[in-house]
Amino acid sequence: MAAVVVLVLAAMLAHSLFFSHVVINGRPRERFEWHVIDHYFLSTQILVGLGVTLALTAVAMAGGIVIGVALAVMRLSPNPIVSGSAWLYIWFFRGTPVFVQLLFWFNAYYIFPTFTVGVPFGPAVAHFDVTTWLTPFVAASVGLSLNEGAYMSEIVRAGIISVDEGQTEAAQALGMPRLMALRLIVLPQAMRVIIPPTGNETISMLKTTSLASVVTVRELLFQAQLIYSANYEIIPLLIVASLQYLWVTSLLMVGQYYIERHYARGSARQLPPTPLERLRRGLLIRPGQAGFGRAPFIVGND
Amino acid sequence: MVRAEGVRKHFGRHEVLRGIDLEVRTGEVMCMIGPSGSGKSTFLRCINHLEKVDGGRLSVDGHLVGYREQGGKLYELRDREVCQRRAEVGMVFQHFNLFPHMTALENVTIGPVRVKREPKAEAEARARQLLARVGLANRVGAYPRQLSGGQQQRVAIARALAMQPKLMLFDEPTSALDPELVGEVLDVMRSLAEEGLTMLVVTHEMGFAREVGDSLVFMDQGVIVESGPPREVLSNPRQERTQAFLSRIL
Repeated sequence: MAAVVVLVLAAMLAHSLFFSHVVINGRPRERFEWHVIDHYFLSTQILVGLGVTLALTAVAMAGGIVIGVALAVMRLSPNPIVSGSAWLYIWFFRGTPVFVQLLFWFNAYYIFPTFTVGVPFGPAVAHFDVTTWLTPFVAASVGLSLNEGAYMSEIVRAGIISVDEGQTEAAQALGMPRLMALRLIVLPQAMRVIIPPTGNETISMLKTTSLASVVTVRELLFQAQLIYSANYEIIPLLIVASLQYLWVTSLLMVGQYYIERHYARGSARQLPPTPLERLRRGLLIRPGQAGFGRAPFIVGND
Repeated sequence: MVRAEGVRKHFGRHEVLRGIDLEVRTGEVMCMIGPSGSGKSTFLRCINHLEKVDGGRLSVDGHLVGYREQGGKLYELRDREVCQRRAEVGMVFQHFNLFPHMTALENVTIGPVRVKREPKAEAEARARQLLARVGLANRVGAYPRQLSGGQQQRVAIARALAMQPKLMLFDEPTSALDPELVGEVLDVMRSLAEEGLTMLVVTHEMGFAREVGDSLVFMDQGVIVESGPPREVLSNPRQERTQAFLSRIL
């Protein structure tokens, strides 16, 4: 019964999506205007926007992971100043909206017009003019990375804590310093716990980058908005953007599956076959089942 | 090799070690027995500084553990120096603590390669020899989870030996094993003892203590109650507490 309800609803959805019309200004019009979506889906503007979105996601996640690992290690440090400062960072960046942080970095040149590298309170080595360096893309990268670092650090810390204490002791007994033990022994094992939520974060980041459209980064949503502000095809272009986000997300999920498998090494006696392996095996077994009687031989070849 | 004088250790208000005096000579195999909670494992962990000593003097091969003495004063060692000292002492744990993401061979080579910076080929060749020695020549590429408990513990022994330690500490190495797997681990330990390796073994295997040990220490409630040649202590315990403990487990 439930299945019937679901099927009817699905039929209604399909009908609404693909076959229904609306009457606007006395003229009937395809409701979702798939031809408009089709027209813009692979347009240069949209693809350029997608490229910027991907770049921003990659940069922000890379930055976030580096900051996150550093913060996690700092928080687990026996030194209270080190662990305390990491705690303070996380408190601040988790406690303020990422949107506000983006706006802050976009306008940061008001309070930090120059950026100087040198000895603290001493002579300077190099000056950077922030107004020229802090492009919208850089501001968005910095803002998203710093914010992501706070979340990633908690994920990494959870991973590190999940590894048995005996592993650190065994590494120490071999004479490994704390950081070497962390890098060679603990972190690789922590990865099993770290990867799934990091996949989540990456997918979430892909979509969070759309906030950067507000600080004029020419990413996917910005480009879609640019197009519909000219031709008023608002819904079709939002669908274009959504479909782009959707297929990249799907790809990321596949990638996550294989990364998880990689880090499961040694945790199960034998890894289950990947969907591709299963498919290939299925295709090879089928002729045997159909009566050739040579299935074991063919499977053996696989 | 190991000299302890009045070694004390407490966790919070609980005193785990209340003045331990003992000496392990080079080439000696000393077994430590006693009820759980008596402080045997804690003492063992103090020797390679996995636990910090709170009082008394503890030295390995003439070096104080965790401290440097200069002009009658004690200075805490820096992390790097602590690591150097630890690298000279091998340790085998009750729960093996093999690195599960590495093969048996990688478990045995990682210490020499990363800590002692030996060339990889050299370390690998020696690791293969060591694994063959503990009877695992054909399981070199196996991950710990693909090995039985006894096999894992033998890999762990090979891992400790790969550092060419001057002292080996065994912390109840057979307590987590199925009874039928205990023998294979004890056999390896026996052959190490015959080669003259200095060993300090916390164990409940009285047979091993009797046959392989040069000396036996009985600990209870943070102190050494009785010590001497294993046969004597096990056959004619002089202290009441030793008698009570032995009557319970033999």
